[in-house]
Amino acid sequence: MRITQGTFSYLPELSDEEIAKQVAYALDQGWPCSIEFTDDPHPRNSYWEMWGLPMFDLTDPAGVLMEIKECRKAYPGRYVRLNAYDARYGRQTTALSFIVQRPAEEPGFRLDREEAGDRRIRYRTHPYALDRPEGERYARGE
Amino acid sequence: MSERLGFGMRSAENGSQAEPSGDSRAGGAPGEPPPDEPLPAGARVDLEKERAESQADEVLDALDAELVGLAPVKTRIREIAALLLVDRVRARYGIDSGRPNLHMCFTGSPGTGKTTVAVRLAELLHRLGYVRKGHLVSVTRDDLVGQYVGHTAPKTKEVLKRAMGGVLFIDEAYYLYRAENERDYGQEAIEILLQVMENQRDDLVVVLAGYKDRMDSFFSSNPGMSSRIAHHIDFPDYQTGELEAIGHLMMEREGYRLAPETAPVFRDYLERRRGRPRFANARSVRNAIERARLRHASRLLARGGEVDRDDLTTLLPDDFLASRVFTAVRP
Repeated sequence: MRITQGTFSYLPELSDEEIAKQVAYALDQGWPCSIEFTDDPHPRNSYWEMWGLPMFDLTDPAGVLMEIKECRKAYPGRYVRLNAYDARYGRQTTALSFIVQRPAEEPGFRLDREEAGDRRIRYRTHPYALDRPEGERYARGE
Repeated sequence: MSERLGFGMRSAENGSQAEPSGDSRAGGAPGEPPPDEPLPAGARVDLEKERAESQADEVLDALDAELVGLAPVKTRIREIAALLLVDRVRARYGIDSGRPNLHMCFTGSPGTGKTTVAVRLAELLHRLGYVRKGHLVSVTRDDLVGQYVGHTAPKTKEVLKRAMGGVLFIDEAYYLYRAENERDYGQEAIEILLQVMENQRDDLVVVLAGYKDRMDSFFSSNPGMSSRIAHHIDFPDYQTGELEAIGHLMMEREGYRLAPETAPVFRDYLERRRGRPRFANARSVRNAIERARLRHASRLLARGGEVDRDDLTTLLPDDFLASRVFTAVRP
């Protein structure tokens, strides 16, 4: 199952040139970019690991693209995303975030039902990938 | 290549602007032809027009007008501008000649205008579409080399990322390599620098600057660096006449002028200052003018009374004659 989260998630994968154009737009707006990666695809997992520090004071997308390529090389089988942060007063939030790499195979999620008191049913989504320990979840790619 | 050109580079913009007035429109293509379509072999391109469109001449003329002397430097920069312009026209015919290597090394005494020329160069390369942004990132050893193991690589990379799309100017580059200390982290910075200079030539231009003799020993211990730099440009020391012209330009910019009787004193001052140790060319001229301004201001205050515009702008011989240069015995 293809995971959709962040901007452009329903579009086909962006090529490197298209990513560079998006980064150029973000830099033109004055948003510093940062790169994060994870192998826990749960939608509520908002704490991805940082690939280096956020990149401040850039004017050209080439530097961001260089880091994306290095992160892909180091973690070929994980999700990698790019965040652009708008630090303006009154916004101060992630302005743009999209996935720039995903594992070759994404097994998806299953729905767990749990019977609670008074015959209530609680649902939770469980990524199949989480059945394996961290670092081996998409081991085929790494 | 075509992808790159589409990516906000000037040649693409100019190409599409120039096309409608050119002959290629008569070829029957309705509307705008794509900018990456090569011109037919028989087509003719007006070099003069290309030149005017690139607006490179403005930068070159400013270089000529605002920088005194430096003839070899100006010649080389004009040659580079011509090459880039011709390459752009060649690209429109579909001749792929690869990007020229434009990493440079500026050597010369202090105050000969290395930094100033680098700023102009960034602007020029941007106008000719060689770099995408045309900003100058000026760094020294401290910005590149870390203080402990594992600190250097991220630091150097951060600087390189900041410089991408523009020009990275490394002042006093010979400090990067310290021969006396084998475990110095400078070597690591040099390796990363070399790697990026080689692999990402499209993304940035590296300019090293420093004093001639020390840069020579730097290159002899880093042969890889020397061979990756295509242009070694030497900045000559200024003659007294040139220093005088520089001084006049500086004063004009700051709203001062020399009284007619001050001009020979100023020339004499420069003549004497040149012979003294730690002479730093244009920078020494700037400092001399700064000190003359101080003396001029205190002279006016000491005199009291009313002043007019002429008093406020004119430097008298005394403002220079009070300098230590005149009292000290010439070595």
